[in-house]
Amino acid sequence: MISTQRFTLRLTTFVIGAMCAFILIATTPAFAVQVERVVSKGGIEAWLIRDHSNPITTMKFTFRGGAALDPVGKEGLADLAASTIDEGAGDMDSNTFQQTLDARSISISFDAGLDTFQGTLRTLNKNRDKAFDMLRLALTEPRFDADPVARIRAQILSKIEQDQEDPGYQARRKAMETAFKGHPYARSSSGTLESVAQITRDDLKGFVARRFARDNLLIGVVGDIQADELKGLLDAAFSGLPAKAAPWEVAKIKPDLSAGVDITPMKVGQSAIQFAQPGISRDDPDFYTAYVLNYIVGGGTFVSRLYDEVREKRGLAYSIYSYLMPMDAGAAIMGGSGTANARAGETVATIRDVWAKFAAKGPTVSELTDAKTYLTGAFPLRFTSSSSIAATLVAMQEDGLGIDYIDKRNAFIEAVTFEDAKRVAKSLYQPDKLRFFIAGEPEGLPTE
Amino acid sequence: MNIFAPKRFVWLAVLALFVLSSAPAAAQIFNPETFTLKNGMQVVVISNHRAPVVQHMVWYKVGSADEAPGESGIAHLLEHLMFKGTKNFGPGEFSGAVARNGGRENAFTSFDYTAYFQTIAKDRLEMVMRMEADRMTNLLINADQVAPERDVVLEERRSRVDNEPGAQLSEQVGAAMYLNYPYRRPIIGWEHEIRALDVDRILAFYKKYYAPNNAILVVEGDVTVDELRPLAEKYYGAIPRGPDIERARTTEPPARADRRVVLAHERVTQSSWSRRYLAPSDHYGKSEITPALQVLAEILGGGPSSRLHTKLVLEDKIALAAGAFYGPDDLGPSVFGFYVSPKPGVDMTSIEAAAMNEVTRVLNDGVTDAEVAQAIERMRDTAVFARDNFGTASRVFGSALTSGSTVEFVEGWLDRIGAVDAAAVKAAGEYVLKGTHHVTAELLNKPQS
Repeated sequence: MISTQRFTLRLTTFVIGAMCAFILIATTPAFAVQVERVVSKGGIEAWLIRDHSNPITTMKFTFRGGAALDPVGKEGLADLAASTIDEGAGDMDSNTFQQTLDARSISISFDAGLDTFQGTLRTLNKNRDKAFDMLRLALTEPRFDADPVARIRAQILSKIEQDQEDPGYQARRKAMETAFKGHPYARSSSGTLESVAQITRDDLKGFVARRFARDNLLIGVVGDIQADELKGLLDAAFSGLPAKAAPWEVAKIKPDLSAGVDITPMKVGQSAIQFAQPGISRDDPDFYTAYVLNYIVGGGTFVSRLYDEVREKRGLAYSIYSYLMPMDAGAAIMGGSGTANARAGETVATIRDVWAKFAAKGPTVSELTDAKTYLTGAFPLRFTSSSSIAATLVAMQEDGLGIDYIDKRNAFIEAVTFEDAKRVAKSLYQPDKLRFFIAGEPEGLPTE
Repeated sequence: MNIFAPKRFVWLAVLALFVLSSAPAAAQIFNPETFTLKNGMQVVVISNHRAPVVQHMVWYKVGSADEAPGESGIAHLLEHLMFKGTKNFGPGEFSGAVARNGGRENAFTSFDYTAYFQTIAKDRLEMVMRMEADRMTNLLINADQVAPERDVVLEERRSRVDNEPGAQLSEQVGAAMYLNYPYRRPIIGWEHEIRALDVDRILAFYKKYYAPNNAILVVEGDVTVDELRPLAEKYYGAIPRGPDIERARTTEPPARADRRVVLAHERVTQSSWSRRYLAPSDHYGKSEITPALQVLAEILGGGPSSRLHTKLVLEDKIALAAGAFYGPDDLGPSVFGFYVSPKPGVDMTSIEAAAMNEVTRVLNDGVTDAEVAQAIERMRDTAVFARDNFGTASRVFGSALTSGSTVEFVEGWLDRIGAVDAAAVKAAGEYVLKGTHHVTAELLNKPQS
C-alpha cells in the first residue's frame, strides 16, 4: 500500500533532471552495449539495442519542436494533442481505439516537452504488428472527435486549476516566468485556463500536419527484435508521415536573473522554494565540468553540499536539490526545497552561503574525485530497464552525440580536471544572479 | 488515489497500485531461489544478467503497524536514523561509500515492513553487504542527531500531508476505516507523537526488531545463488539470532455503522468521491477469495475498458475519472474501494448513485465470462512487463515475504488468478460489498470567504 519513501521527491527530481538536463550514460570496461543503426526501406532510421530478456518491444521517439512552438494564445496545444491523438483514429472511435489497445496490453503514450514531442510504445511481441499499426493510425489519422477532446480538455483544465493551488508548482512556474521572461520558455506547456479553452479541432489537426514528419523524427528501440523485423515496423508506423516538418525557430535566450526573493503568497504551512540562475548549454565545451560540479553542489542523493548544510546539519528540509536545465535555446541551473514558513529565511541564507562559497573556492580535490567515480560508476544503472535504455538512445540523438557515445561518455567525465572545476565553478556559479521564488507565507526574509 | 489526475496518470496510478500490491506479478516468471541462514535470515535471489548491476535489499518485518500506542512514526524515524552511522562507520560514511562507487540507495517504510536498498555495480556488492549487515546491530545514534532528523521528518510530513488537502483527508479516512487495527495510524505518524520520540525509545525499538531472524535479504540482478550464498553467510550469517518476535496484531470488530468523512478546503479545486469496504487480504480474513477480488477490481475499475470508466466517464459523462482499487498483500485487513472525480458542476449525490449502481449491478447480475477472461489476460500480461522492470521482483518478494507470504505463494499468483471464474467473482463481491458497513470520503472545495 502506501509507502513513505524518504527520497521520493529526490527521485522525482532526478527524473526531471534527467529529462531536462541530459542523459547520464557512460562506460565501464566490464560493460559493452551494442547499438545498431537500423534504416528501413523507406529511409526511417532507428537506433536499436537488442535484448532478449523478455518477449517485449519498447520504442521511444521524439519529434523535434515542442510546446515552445505553441501559438500565442493557444498555449497548451502540443500538450492537448499529446493527450488526444490516441483518442480515436482512422475508422476507430475513441472507445474502440482505447479498448483495442487495452485488450492487448499495448501501451502508446505521448508527452509534450518544451523542445520536443515524445512518444512511447510498449508491447508484447505477440501483439507487435498491431501495436505499430495503431501507432501509425494515431500519428497519421487522429480523429479529434468532439466527445473525447471535450473530456480530455476538462481533465487538463482541472489539472491546471489544481496546479494553481500547488505551492511547489507555483514556485517553479515563477522561476520559469522570470528566468525566461518574454520568451516561449516562460509559458507553461500545459497552457492556461484561457488558452486551453481556445484550442480548436483545426488547431489540433494543424499541429499534427505541421509537427509530425520524417525529418524531425528520432527513434530508439529496445527489445527482443531483429533489425530486419524492425525495418518493416518502422515503415509501417512512420513512412506515411510527410517528409518535412513545418520550419520552426525558437530564439536563443540568456536568463535575466538577479539576486533576490519573489514571494507568491499562499496559505500553506510549508513554503515551497525554487531557485534559479543562468546555466550552461549542452554543447558548451565546459558542459561536463558543469555536470560534475552540479553533482557536488546539489545533484547527489545523500551526498551534496546543499544536502549537508540544509538537511543534514540543520534539519531545515526534507527535500533539497539542484539540477542543470540545458534546453535547446537557453539554459538555467535550478534547484528546490521546502521548509516550514518560520524557517524560510534561514533556508534561503544557507543555500546562498553554499552558492557563494562554491563560486569563490570551487570543489575540493576529494569532492571532485568522488563525483567522478560516482558519475562513471553509476553508468550501468541506466541499462537495467527497456524504457530507460530506449530513452537513452533517443537522448543521444537529440543531443547529437553519435552512435558510439556510450563507449566514450565516461572519458568525458574523466577528463574534467581540478583546474577546469575551479575555473568553471567561478564563472558559472553566480551568487549575484541566484534568485529565489517562494510560494507560501515565508518568514525571516530581508525586505527588498 | 481518490485525488483526480489526468487520464494517463490515473492509469499509471492504478497500474502502480497493481504492481505494488496485487501483482506479485510472478507465476514462474521471476524464478527466484531462496535459502535460509542458520540464524533464521531468509535470502531470496532473483538472477537477471541484463546489466552488470545488482539491487541489494534488506527488509525488516516491522512497520508502522507494529508500533506501540503513543509511538506512531517511530518505525519511519528509525529508518531515517539508520543513515547516521554505527560503531564501525561514522555518520555519512556508508552513503559516501555507496556514492563514490556509483551506487544509488534509498529506504522506505510501510505498514508491515521497513526496507533499505542499494543499486550498484555487481563487483561492489560485497561492500554494501558488509555495511548493511553492520548497521543491523551496530547503529550508534545520539540525541544531537535525533533532533535535526526529527525536524526533517516533520518537514516531510508538512510537504506530504499538511500542504495537501487530499492527503489530510486520507489520514482521516484511514482512522475511520480501521476501528481497531493499527493501520488506522498514518505510517509517518501523528505530529504530536513524532515530536515526543526520543533516542531511548528509538533504540529500544531498534534493538527489539532489527535482527537477522526478523529480516529478509533480497538480491536481484547480475548474481547467482552460488555467488551470493558465501557472502550472505559471511556478513549476515555472522550476526547472532535475536529473540523470537511475535507480531501481535489486534483484529477488527464488525463495523456497526456507515461512516462519511468530508473535508472542504479552500485549496481544493477538483472534488473527489470514494467509498471503501473492509476486505480480506492474503493473510487476514477469508483469504481464499482474494484472487476473485483482484479480478473484480480489474473488471470494475482497472482501466479504459472497465465498467466504472465506461459508464461514468464515457457514457454518462458525469466524471473525469473513475476506478476501483484493491490489493491483497497486507498482513492485516485490506480495503476494496471505488473512486470518482466528478466533472465540474456535478453534485456528489448523483456521483455516488452512479458509482453504486455499478456495484449493485455486479451484486445482482454478476460479471460475464468474457469480462473475466479479458481481465485475467491483462493481468497475465502485467506479469511479463513486471519482469522487464528492474527492481520490481525484489519489491514483490520483499513486501510479500515480510507480510507472511512464501516464495511459492507469490509464484503461484497467476495460477490462482487463472482459476477465477464469473461465479467466484460474484460471490467475492457479495462477501465484501453486500451488507458491509463502509466509509465514504468526500473532498470538496470550500469557497474562500
